[in-house]
Amino acid sequence: MRRPGLAWFQILVHIFALAPLVRLLWDFTQGQLSADPIREIQLRTGRHALDLLVLTLACSPIYNVFGLKAALQLRRLFGLYAFGYASLHFLNFIGLDYGFDLALIRADVADKRFIIAGFAAFLILLALAATPIEGMKRRSSRNWRRLHRLVYAAALLAALHFVWQTKADFLVPLLYSAVVVLLLILRIPIIEQWARLPSKWLKRRQGNQSSSQSH
Amino acid sequence: MPAPLPGRSEFNRITPSEITPEHLYLSRREFLAGGSALLASTFALSACTQPGSTPSPSATGFCDSAFASKTTDELGAKLTPCLDITNYNNYYEFSLEKEDVAPLARNLKTSPWEVAVGGLVNRPRTYGLEDLLRKFPSEERIYRMRCVEAWSMVIPWLGFPLAALLKEVEPASTAKYVRFETLHDPKQMPGQKAGVLNWPYVEGLRLDEAMHDLTILATGLYGKSLPPQDGAPIRLVVPWKYGFKSIKSIVKIDLVEEPPVSAWMEASPREYGFYANVNPDVTHPRWSQTSERRIGQLERMRTLPFNGYADQVAHLYAGMDLKKFF
Repeated sequence: MRRPGLAWFQILVHIFALAPLVRLLWDFTQGQLSADPIREIQLRTGRHALDLLVLTLACSPIYNVFGLKAALQLRRLFGLYAFGYASLHFLNFIGLDYGFDLALIRADVADKRFIIAGFAAFLILLALAATPIEGMKRRSSRNWRRLHRLVYAAALLAALHFVWQTKADFLVPLLYSAVVVLLLILRIPIIEQWARLPSKWLKRRQGNQSSSQSH
Repeated sequence: MPAPLPGRSEFNRITPSEITPEHLYLSRREFLAGGSALLASTFALSACTQPGSTPSPSATGFCDSAFASKTTDELGAKLTPCLDITNYNNYYEFSLEKEDVAPLARNLKTSPWEVAVGGLVNRPRTYGLEDLLRKFPSEERIYRMRCVEAWSMVIPWLGFPLAALLKEVEPASTAKYVRFETLHDPKQMPGQKAGVLNWPYVEGLRLDEAMHDLTILATGLYGKSLPPQDGAPIRLVVPWKYGFKSIKSIVKIDLVEEPPVSAWMEASPREYGFYANVNPDVTHPRWSQTSERRIGQLERMRTLPFNGYADQVAHLYAGMDLKKFF
């Protein structure tokens, strides 16, 4: 590791992100996935994907407000895990649930806006996960950045997907949507500048202190 | 005018004498079990101590003596396991979480229980549950239950045709529809404290649908009295309609002139119609209506028009545009 301390954070994130998958597999072997396991797999993988996506979006604001550099370094990891769970979610849908029966899928999907929103979100995550990071970043940093702003579109679509598939209890999906919108607002340039103020002030104060101590 | 009662369908028909009353076969089982009772309870204990046994204790007990006369429905589909039927329930009066219903419903007081039958009838009457059980002998009916959420079960109900009860109260000539109401008691039904639906739950049928022989009031399943999570002590079962039409824990039945507005129609009129016949041609914004997952098996199966009961009920809707009257 180039930076000391980074590996430690990363290990924590790996454990945090993989734990739900381990639990899912364990519950599967124990027959603990309810009377309708395919639905249970679908609900859990979807929720974990959205959780990780929200964490991905939270990294920049956390860095801005608290000046925590580690948050920026973990953003990509969260994003890749979000894509991982979204892939399981997608595969469970077309594979386990529909048995790759494309005719049946087509008949069912066309008029379901929640599936279209979810699929669009998945395609965006796929594109972001597939973009080679270091090389492309170096070659055209601006394009890479532009492309990766789409993660906000993916999160909004995923939240919409959650709301639209809800039958009766909208509280949780609306809370997720509110968090996603809030995280998006925090990236508006002028708000972002305000958000940076505390960490800047903190830095300046620390700087002053250390300089006064040296006198 | 109530439509003439259609001839009794041949399939699924079991004469009452074929069914051994619960108390009889239970005592037979007790006799057989007598010697091994100690052994059995030891096993039961060890089973309970195993980490993560899904079913709630009450449901486990219920299913220990589950009984059905057949193992499949008339189409050859296997009965859904008793534990699934009694642990995976849509019953929003208790919880929105299917697996939380059984534990939350465990203490529902189902005795004494009264059903008030009135409205446009010549002989309105309030029946105690025992009156109903005595007057109208139970028969087993193995029905497919197709939930609007695109999953389904095959359930061996015990019950009697709703028509028998309606005939006794004599619907007036002005009666065109039947309106049903579930118990409203937020103390016992914690889900009713939340405003997910306008409580009490209300459902309705056209009078000829209500008089159809397939339409039953169920009081049991798998040979035993209904457990609370499945709608105890008495519920409607209309097998060719989506599950939400089959209203649970009924306290009131009224004959009325106008089509009743059901709880789900009120909550979301574009999604849930009055008829709610199982129909692969009427799509839903969230769930597939062309196919379904049968609980307990992996592959998706095609959904049948009228849930496979078209031969018996399609004539009720002759000339109607079922995409409009969904």
